Amino acid sequence: MVNSTVSRAKIKIEVKDLSIAYGGHKALGPVNLDIRESEIFGVIGPANSGKTSFLNAINRMDMMRTNMNVTGNIRIDDIDTRNWRNVYALRRKIGVVFPLPVGLPLSVYDNVALAPRLAGTAGTQAQLDELVERCLRRAALWDEVKDRLGHLGSLLSGGQQQRLTIARALSQSPEILMLDEFSIAVDPVTTMRIEDVLKELKSEMTIILVTNLVQQANRLADRTAFFLNGECVEIGETEQLFNGQAKDQRTNDYIGGKFG
Amino acid sequence: MFEAAPINLQNEQVQNRFRLMFGGMMVILIIPVVIILATLVIKGWPAISWTFLFTDPTNGMTAGGIFPALFGTIWLVVVSLLASVPLGVAAAVYLSEYAPDNMLTRMINLATINLAGVPSIVHALFGVGAFVIFFRFGTSILAASLTLAIMTLPVIIVSSWESMQAVPRAFREACWNMGATRWQTIRTVVLPNAIPGILTGVILQVSRAAGETAPIMFTGAAMFLPFLPNSVFDQTMALALHLFVVATQVPDIPESLPFGVALVLVGIVLIMNTLAIWFRMRLRGKKKW
Amino acid sequence: MTAHSAIQPTHVTVGDAKDKNWYIDKSFEILMFICGISAIIFVVGIFLFVFKEGLGFILGDMNFSEFFLSQKWRPTSLNKATYGILAMVAGTAAVTGLAMLICLPISIGAAIFIAEFAKGRTREILKIVIEFLAAIPSVVWGFIALSIMNPLIINVFDVPMGLGVLNSAIILALMAAPIVTSIAEDAFKAVPDTYREAAEALGATRWQTIYKVILPAAKNGLLSAGLLGVGRGFGETMAILMASGHSINIPTSVFDSFRALTATIAAELGETAVGSPHYQSLFAIGIFLFLITFIINMTADFIVRGVRKG
Repeated sequence: MVNSTVSRAKIKIEVKDLSIAYGGHKALGPVNLDIRESEIFGVIGPANSGKTSFLNAINRMDMMRTNMNVTGNIRIDDIDTRNWRNVYALRRKIGVVFPLPVGLPLSVYDNVALAPRLAGTAGTQAQLDELVERCLRRAALWDEVKDRLGHLGSLLSGGQQQRLTIARALSQSPEILMLDEFSIAVDPVTTMRIEDVLKELKSEMTIILVTNLVQQANRLADRTAFFLNGECVEIGETEQLFNGQAKDQRTNDYIGGKFG
Repeated sequence: MFEAAPINLQNEQVQNRFRLMFGGMMVILIIPVVIILATLVIKGWPAISWTFLFTDPTNGMTAGGIFPALFGTIWLVVVSLLASVPLGVAAAVYLSEYAPDNMLTRMINLATINLAGVPSIVHALFGVGAFVIFFRFGTSILAASLTLAIMTLPVIIVSSWESMQAVPRAFREACWNMGATRWQTIRTVVLPNAIPGILTGVILQVSRAAGETAPIMFTGAAMFLPFLPNSVFDQTMALALHLFVVATQVPDIPESLPFGVALVLVGIVLIMNTLAIWFRMRLRGKKKW
Repeated sequence: MTAHSAIQPTHVTVGDAKDKNWYIDKSFEILMFICGISAIIFVVGIFLFVFKEGLGFILGDMNFSEFFLSQKWRPTSLNKATYGILAMVAGTAAVTGLAMLICLPISIGAAIFIAEFAKGRTREILKIVIEFLAAIPSVVWGFIALSIMNPLIINVFDVPMGLGVLNSAIILALMAAPIVTSIAEDAFKAVPDTYREAAEALGATRWQTIYKVILPAAKNGLLSAGLLGVGRGFGETMAILMASGHSINIPTSVFDSFRALTATIAAELGETAVGSPHYQSLFAIGIFLFLITFIINMTADFIVRGVRKG
């Protein structure tokens, strides 16, 4: 049943023969996969398996790194990201949350208001206030910072900065949200709260969840891909993978905790 | 618990002796300067007064004040900074934020190093050939200031570049991922956090530009002028050149006068440096991340 | 979809068209690039303009062997003007050499003290003092040579004149010291702490660590510090003009007066007619100075970069 509903969903991101190399050193590929609209797509795998590179390629961050070489195609909404004339507009559609939180050295308010301001979609002050509050609430940070919106975002605690980063990503009103091991700097209680938020957001955006916590993928992801040493070993329904029905033995071993 | 073995004890003594030796070298470096500064103050202080600072030289520069020279130096420094700061900071922005790791960037870096190493008198020749003659600015504040600007440019580039590099790369990445353009990232994250460092470098260049003599000698500074400059196309007197003139070209001058001029010049330099250091300390005290 | 728009009222569909921000970004990129290559433009420009002004002399009155091998600099002679820079090159080289002999041991010693012995506040203060030293203008050093060092040398050594090689070398050493010290200190700081820890783990004292480990590791940095000091010596103008005595001969003792290449330009450029052979010959000296300092700087840079690669 699950299969039939998902297959009818529209494909949001289509990845074809994607390979990534740094200098001459291959980091990932070739990868072929589809990510559907309004699903949580999990990516699991041990360190150095190319997960973060994968996200950077989707976001076209290779442009900013002279030694990062990307080949193959990534199509978002059926348009090849390479053919985008305005790569900044592409990135505005995609919100990103890093493993290590980066609160910019601006006030908490300005951190969240930055993306709409830069994009020129800030609207009136009242609209912006509302947006900032809504994003902070969704990121489960509002109650902690509502009295100090003028304080430097970069001086918040690690867990608070991480939620600030999530609020900032949401302020872009992204169509795609990419999270890269977001829970590293966050305590377990906050992690659970954010996970609840992600389940809620699923209806509004496509979420790519890169995680080193296998159980997190199990809890959240509709489908999961397993990356290992730069190879995409397997992609499947999360349920199937975690029920021991993975086709590749390495996937079973990783999920079963035999390595990683 | 353990007693020091004799060999270690001996090493300890050797070490202390060397510490003393290197400390001594440090002192050798500092002592002459202390003596020199003290002499400047002792011999120059009697000459310094409000009239000295704010009146014209009289009697063939053997008496009177230094106002036109002081005024001219301010002109020269301000105009040169107007040219060198925007250009230098922009060049640093390019090197820090845009430049790919290629041959051209390597050449820019080499050129910057060489520009800093070109002798000041060669800068003066360039100023004469380019600004005075080729661009027909004549000997003027404009020609002298532009010559000074090119001379101070490499240091402004390097210090601005360093301040921008001190801004963590993660901030830039966060901005880019939000869909900010490179320029928006520079404007919102890089420059605001680099500006205190850039300013420190600029203040140090003020003192350097104020003290330079050779580059302005033939491009715009005059030994003596009976009037103040009205525009950047006029010539001007300048403090550094004035010191050279009263020290070497004017006979029968009271000793305190050149010492007074030297003291004012060193005073300006030290005040600027102190300002820069104070600025840097404040910067370090204010933690933003 | 309704949920989408309800939650994101400010959402604007973004297409891939180039927008205002894109054009602003592109314009600034071009502007920054132009400013970025300005250093290259100026270095080339300096060479070209100085060369252009000196070209008439190089093609005309200049005789290469006379220029480099004659001691006679008589550009204003009515019978036969001669343009020989040998005496000036010799004087400049002698002073720079002596200055480095004075400056290098002291500066490197001071750098070792700052980098390896001084701690916390002492270190901060020493670095500030060094910075002050570096900031004293060249013309003030010249004035010090003239009014303080000159009588001092006359009294101490009982010689008729205190301006000359010794005076210039001391002044130049004091001027170069802060620069050489800070570059040498950078070279010491660039030696990884693991080297120090490894040496100390083997039971070496601080001095043994410095002598056996840090000095060899910082060798290239120190060499390039010395080279930059030499470059400074060749290029220094006002201080040497005032400290040298400015008479043309190859110095044979440290009390002899001499004349520097730079000082010749500074002293004579104002008295020459634009475009005359004398005027052009000064630009030819300028080209020579430019090339010498260019080679010195490139070599120093090459030496430092060589280390980083290895």
